[in-house]
Amino acid sequence: MEERDSRDLTRVSRRGFIRGVGTGLVGSALLGGTAEEAPEAEAAAANESMGPGPVPMTLTINGQEKKVTAEPRTTLLSVLRNDLDLTGAKLVCDRGSCGACTVMVDGKTAYSCMMLAVDAVGKKITTVEGLAPSNGLDPVQAAFVEKDALMCGFCTPGFVVSVRALLNKNKDPTLDDVKEACAGNICRCGTYPRVFEAALAAAETVRKVG
Amino acid sequence: MPKKIKTTVIENGFEKEVEIEVPDGPPVSWGDPNTNRIIGRSIPRFDGPDKVTGRAKYTYDVNLPGMLHARVLRSPYAAARLEPGSVDVSEAKKIPGVKAIITLDGQTGKTLRYAGDEVAAVAATTPEIAEDAIRAIKVNYKPLPFVVKPEKAAEANAPQVQNNQPNVVPSAVQGKDEDVAKGFAASAVTVEGTFESQVRLHCCLETHGHVCKWDGDRLTVWASTQNVHGVRQEFANGLKIPQDRVRVITEHMGGGFGSKFGARTEGILCAQLAKEAGAPVKLMLTRWDEQCGNQNGPGAKGKFKAGASQDGKIQAWQSAVEVYGGTGRANIPASSGPYIYDTANVKAQGFSVFTNTGANAALRAPGHPQASFLTESVVDELAYKVGMDPLEFRSRNLKENDPKTAWWREEMRIGAQRIGWDRRNKTPGMGTGPKRRGMGVALSTWGGGGSTGTIVDLTIARDGTVVVSTGTQDLGTGVRTLVAMIVAEELGLPVQAVTPRIGDSDYGFSQGSGGSNTTPSVAPAVKMAAVDAKDKLAAALAGPLGTKPENLVFGDSKITAKDDPGKSMSFKQACQRLPMRGITARGEWNSDLRQSGVAGVQFAEVEVDVETGKTRVLKVVAVQDCGRVINRLTTESQINGGIVQGIAQALLEKRAEDNLTGRILNPNLEEYKLTGAMEIPEIEIHLYEPHGRVSGIGEPAVVPTSSAIANAIYNATGVRVPSLPATPDVFLAAAAAQKGGHA
Repeated sequence: MEERDSRDLTRVSRRGFIRGVGTGLVGSALLGGTAEEAPEAEAAAANESMGPGPVPMTLTINGQEKKVTAEPRTTLLSVLRNDLDLTGAKLVCDRGSCGACTVMVDGKTAYSCMMLAVDAVGKKITTVEGLAPSNGLDPVQAAFVEKDALMCGFCTPGFVVSVRALLNKNKDPTLDDVKEACAGNICRCGTYPRVFEAALAAAETVRKVG
Repeated sequence: MPKKIKTTVIENGFEKEVEIEVPDGPPVSWGDPNTNRIIGRSIPRFDGPDKVTGRAKYTYDVNLPGMLHARVLRSPYAAARLEPGSVDVSEAKKIPGVKAIITLDGQTGKTLRYAGDEVAAVAATTPEIAEDAIRAIKVNYKPLPFVVKPEKAAEANAPQVQNNQPNVVPSAVQGKDEDVAKGFAASAVTVEGTFESQVRLHCCLETHGHVCKWDGDRLTVWASTQNVHGVRQEFANGLKIPQDRVRVITEHMGGGFGSKFGARTEGILCAQLAKEAGAPVKLMLTRWDEQCGNQNGPGAKGKFKAGASQDGKIQAWQSAVEVYGGTGRANIPASSGPYIYDTANVKAQGFSVFTNTGANAALRAPGHPQASFLTESVVDELAYKVGMDPLEFRSRNLKENDPKTAWWREEMRIGAQRIGWDRRNKTPGMGTGPKRRGMGVALSTWGGGGSTGTIVDLTIARDGTVVVSTGTQDLGTGVRTLVAMIVAEELGLPVQAVTPRIGDSDYGFSQGSGGSNTTPSVAPAVKMAAVDAKDKLAAALAGPLGTKPENLVFGDSKITAKDDPGKSMSFKQACQRLPMRGITARGEWNSDLRQSGVAGVQFAEVEVDVETGKTRVLKVVAVQDCGRVINRLTTESQINGGIVQGIAQALLEKRAEDNLTGRILNPNLEEYKLTGAMEIPEIEIHLYEPHGRVSGIGEPAVVPTSSAIANAIYNATGVRVPSLPATPDVFLAAAAAQKGGHA
């Protein structure tokens, strides 16, 4: 019998894939190193290799600078959830097919499970926690509550971020625009009809309050 | 005098009708729907703000100081023997950050029965390191013969999946050959066909899992479960510790759909890893684990022959239905006859077929969506062959002694009007051009009557704060909100004045959320607690207000004498007159407030591109009996959810297994297709309330969607799809095989 764990053939992980294929940033990383001696991710990005041990990095999240130390293979989602306790973005499919981990990167939606944390250095990250004013709700969030655009709620942060990103660039979307904006988000409970209603209602509020 | 009532209970995740004895007391009701202020209205859910801002902490989100992350190593083989000592963890142990490893070879070994069966588990400082560690474990598997396809499992020399039973387990035969022969003799038309519904996966967005934390001999478990108290019992049993040492918390949970009733192997492993590592451990299944793990909604395939007389009565029904539940046994309502419809002459038998794929678990209305597709396809065929309106044909074959029959007939009338049933093709496939439109209909039934056992505690403090608690769990149905609504209605308070507390085994007992039994089990007990509290409050205030307790009415946050509006006190003022302890009240289930047995009808309109084979659902109209509605908003959401999942069953989802290895080929959320934003049709919901008692509604709406869509495809094209999902290839093959089809 073949000795190799043949499961690996059917279960190539994204992290393994990224490591295997290599990127400019981490592909040539051969030497280990402790967090203390490793160069800051941003500085290293130009021409130095880093990892595989933890490296310090500074991320800009919801307008605040956050210092974390993580292995270069760590995804942005993993750092958000496990290092910064920002658990609004969810880990669901872990391969960019469901949208539960959606965040905004420089204003555009991105799957944070498909982005390495080191690649987020120098970019503006907005998570669902960063949308609402300190003691209230963003119009999109308020509309989701009012229209019951959520059931178990596990997909909800992803939908909220997707809809907010849509309204940031288009304050007067059609139903089809909303569907397209949500096409990268999956809800198993089946809340879509009310997500659409909430998005259109939120757009109306956003247009009124400017 | 105690009385006997029939209701459904959930056993091992499957519904079962039982007769129970309940005490007889004074009559109690939900009140007049026209004057109720809160019950029956649309109230946004209490946990909405937490869920839309990301503040809601699900089990997956619990981060504790020093917490470790765990991963499970799973079998790559569909069947293998794991001998004691065959799991080598020496390399894995050396990886920095690995804190505990447990292997499942044990003293006696383990027989692995599907690709995905648990072999070992690791806890480490990060999920990434835990993943490294399971890759570093070396296992000496002894592969065994296995069988993946049900038709192979039925062969004489097929490898046996279970040690102690054959691969095909027949159920008792219903009816006799001579009866059904008599029925066929009386039939003007007969139809024959084989219909199959796919194996489906639950795809809970929050995977199964737990966080376990020991404090000495006390264990706290955060569980993504639909059965808080049941899970406490399973942890206690599994770890051989008393139940009072275990606390289970489920503040929020990300979907269960029938698959999250137990502690399961990974739960016990999580607690054991935490004990061994001396640190809290989070063990959430990966998506791969979730899709390959030990649960699926079983597939079903039925061979049918049925006959009807010219007056549209089904005269004969002959069927053999196989159910494919992997390593688990299962039955569906179509195993024993024509599901909803009536016929005197039946011969039916069911067969449970074992294969080396994961075991089945309840999946939203277990067995019913499959039964619906199988039987409604046959019934639809009969209707067209007799030349009768499919709606009229169904109406004529309902059981006359069933109280639901009148409801179904009324629902069919309402739904037909809403969708414009007259616009359907009078002859299937009569349109021209590549895109054909058509309409179909199907009926559904479910129990949802709840059961006894729920304990609800309610306290009113001297400052007027009201707290109501019970150990039930909110799967996304909105039960937390409903608990507050019922109390607010009874005490005449705004809904925000009531604080509901649920999802904790430290609160009063509540049963698992299965069989759509949560609302009909919990709501009556909440109501009785509120009635008890109200009685106690009235007794305390009658004296000070100079009236009798029965004269007091509660409303507008005030307590007022019925006959003298001058005798009034605000709720807050009234509570200040209570003794230090305030009021404590308790409620238990009351069978007068709920009813088992719901009826539903759905209509679908589709557009089929007969050249590409692609079906688009344009509109679904659902008319659903809910009994008395408590929260209109969240009830409608449940109906939406049923329809959206039904669309996936009809057109998109299917677990695919590799014949050669037994592995799941689509253990993810992109190749396992779920309904997405682009597939959502216009949905129209009509809540039908034929009586004043509460029935559960979580499951029935998923039952008829796929069959209504399949019947609409037939009406649009004249092509009868034999299997689900009706993907383009399935449609085109059916069209090619069928004379008169368009392909």
